[in-house]
Amino acid sequence: MLNRRNFVALGAGAIFTSTLGAKMTFASAATTKRFVFIIQRGAADGLGTIAPVGDPGFVSQRGALAEDFASAAKLDSMFALHPGMTTVAGLYQAKQALFVHAVASPYRDRSHFDGQNVLETGGTSAYALKDGWLNRLLSLLPREDKAIALAATVPMALRGPVEVASYAPSALPDATDDLLHRVASMYAGDPQLHGLWEQATATRMLTSDMAADNGRNAAATGDLAAKLLSAEGGARVAMIETGGWDTHAQQRARLGVQLRGLDGMIAALKAGLGPLWNDTMVLVATEFGRTVKVNGTGGTDHGTGSAAMLLGGAVNGGRVLADWPGLGDAALYEGRDLKPTMALDTLIASAVGSHFDLTGAQAAAKLFPNMQASRPIQDLVRA
Amino acid sequence: MADASIALNRFGLGGRPGDDPGANPRQWLAAQLQRYEPRPQQIAVLPPTSQIAAELADYFEELRQARPQNPGRRQRGPARAKPAMPDSMQSVPGQEMSEKPMAGEAMKERERANDPAAQVRRFARRQAREHYAVAVGARATVALTSPAPFAERLVHFWANHFAVSADKLQVIGLAGAFEFEAIRPHVMGKFGDMLHAVERHPGMLLYLDQAQSIGPNSMTGQIAQRRRAGGNNLPGLNENLAREILELHTLGVRTGYGQSDVTEFARAMTGWTVAGLGRGRGARFAGTDGEPGRFVFAERLHEPGMRTILGKRWTQQGEGQAAAVLDMLATHPATARHIATKLARHFAGDEPPPALVAQLESAFLKSGGDLPTLYRVLIDAPECWAPQPVKFKSPWEWSISAMRALGAEQLQANAANGLLTQLGQPVWRPGSPAGWDDVAAAWAGPDAVMRRVEAAERMAQRTRDTIDARRRATQLFPGALSDTTAQAIARAESPGQGVALMLVAPEFMRR
Repeated sequence: MLNRRNFVALGAGAIFTSTLGAKMTFASAATTKRFVFIIQRGAADGLGTIAPVGDPGFVSQRGALAEDFASAAKLDSMFALHPGMTTVAGLYQAKQALFVHAVASPYRDRSHFDGQNVLETGGTSAYALKDGWLNRLLSLLPREDKAIALAATVPMALRGPVEVASYAPSALPDATDDLLHRVASMYAGDPQLHGLWEQATATRMLTSDMAADNGRNAAATGDLAAKLLSAEGGARVAMIETGGWDTHAQQRARLGVQLRGLDGMIAALKAGLGPLWNDTMVLVATEFGRTVKVNGTGGTDHGTGSAAMLLGGAVNGGRVLADWPGLGDAALYEGRDLKPTMALDTLIASAVGSHFDLTGAQAAAKLFPNMQASRPIQDLVRA
Repeated sequence: MADASIALNRFGLGGRPGDDPGANPRQWLAAQLQRYEPRPQQIAVLPPTSQIAAELADYFEELRQARPQNPGRRQRGPARAKPAMPDSMQSVPGQEMSEKPMAGEAMKERERANDPAAQVRRFARRQAREHYAVAVGARATVALTSPAPFAERLVHFWANHFAVSADKLQVIGLAGAFEFEAIRPHVMGKFGDMLHAVERHPGMLLYLDQAQSIGPNSMTGQIAQRRRAGGNNLPGLNENLAREILELHTLGVRTGYGQSDVTEFARAMTGWTVAGLGRGRGARFAGTDGEPGRFVFAERLHEPGMRTILGKRWTQQGEGQAAAVLDMLATHPATARHIATKLARHFAGDEPPPALVAQLESAFLKSGGDLPTLYRVLIDAPECWAPQPVKFKSPWEWSISAMRALGAEQLQANAANGLLTQLGQPVWRPGSPAGWDDVAAAWAGPDAVMRRVEAAERMAQRTRDTIDARRRATQLFPGALSDTTAQAIARAESPGQGVALMLVAPEFMRR
């Protein structure tokens, strides 16, 4: 898989091929702390992951999608975790999982590409920033090791002046993600090509989804990430790309296997990290949420508010953070989406800031330069 | 879209660096009708049909030799049952009758050495390598470098109208020759002349099974019936070409002909076949011997008698009977409408403007199917100069225009067709005698667009930093480049990425 000769010859930014089902990117930082950003590309349904079963509107609004939670154990008086996420449920019990709900980036439209760009750059609108918040985070960390790479390209969140390596799970030559993003914005005003492109990229997302090879690929990705994060002088920051979250149809079955895949990835990551898990923080986030109501094909369409997760031994978990807006029709954003009441960029800045012992204001200003002034969220990491 | 851009892209095959339609793009297009070369150097050097057909004849001879002959000499051997066999050629006139029994031991040896399925694959590969790939390369190179791209677009149009498909074994080697010999010489002539050339070319005669069609009451048909009494594999009439001539090549589907017209026309067509593919006594008897690949009218295959087709009596005898029908079809009002509709669709949009169709139709009828007259109607028609793009490019159009945009003049062997296969339109393999669809729905799919983006990136990577896409794009789309595209290119992270974006810009996907 990792061919040393090629690696030496090509140096940083080299492209490798592995058989894994997700793309991973690693960067080195001289710290004992580990941080993993798992991006859910395709707009994961937060309501189908951490369900507000205590909301009086939940069953009526979600219809068949509510059935997954009929006998699910509750996290607290309001929320229940999808029953497929057994590892994560165990982490919650051990106070190593913290969920944040009704959360969103500053992006308020419903294009995957634009939404992911905002999530990854940490800007307030698509394509406003040219580098990613994870790369800017690296610039704040002591750096001793060169970055290494195992992906077709460096994802936007890790792009920037700090050199970063990447690792490719699929055979070339797919077009680079950067070109795909640029094509997306070039097609934005062209009704025909825009529509075709959305479909094309949605299909592409499905090709690297969590369910590939019955979840084994996802677990293998978690396992590999753990190895690279625990290696002597290895990476301290990793980003894992997951796809397959764009559940426009037959969501119940699709989201179920996606979440089991994600759960397996986290289980493998935790197992592989061993004692390092105690110094680890995993952030799971998506570009936006999905509609509250089920559509005509048993799925949901692009929405706004969703959920995020902080996992790991470093996390002060066992809680769901939410300023719950409610699911009644009048409470919905634009009459259709979960209304965001928490800012994802505040959550990220607060979480990584405290995880890496950066002062909240410094981290926030560096990671999200255009962020609306807001108080950092306290007590996200274990004291 | 500005006129110069329309001339380059909608009428032409996309601009090359330095292409300039000048102050009068219509004149530039009209001049190409004179400038057109039917037989450019790249094509003139290719092996002629006679050579390709001779190889085909050798191959059939090998198959014949390999086929076990027991118990009776006209009994079909097991090879007949193999689906990979070139079915239609099994009953080429003369072939059956020239079979010679082989000695048992020699036969078995042959059989081992010549597993029929392996033989077919070997032959197909050789034809593909030595003729098909070379011809595709020549077609693409001419399209890349021609000083008359509008005329070359018309070649592609007519080749698709009279489509043959190399999906069929016998057509693999002949597909290029078919276009070069039956289409190209007549693109600036009369529709009827092209029609006659097409229906006499071995590529078409073999593709649509005309070569082995035998009149039941022809001399050969009678003998065959006597010899094979009781068998159910009688050679006989094949309606395929006759039907497609009516439905696809001339009148158009549902234009008032019936099954009896098809059958009668098929009878009239009997005897139109290819010389030299079967050897021996049978071929000599049927009159199908001679130089391989040449058109021959074999009197002894022809169904005798008068015909009634489209309500008209056809009293001619022999070759002249079907020829007279073709003459009538070539100038028939339904043909005029059919051709007018397809031309209008190709140049003015998937939903062809009725006024333009009517104008082309009337020009067709008045001129007796003079094709340059129709082309001049297109050049003058305001519908063809609509400022908004009217067509989503086919993979062929996109690939050729992309390579022209990058200034390519030469191609590696197989490069063009490798690309076209990936993009979903392998050259001369439409898979159906109807040819490739000429509407956006056939090509504008999500996966197709993604493949173009992937191909564009690969092509662009090879240009490194030799092309400034910002300047090139303004040359390719004079006065017609959108701000969005110009900005996307200008903001590219590298010259190569700028080129890739240019090649998949909305302007570039359409014409």
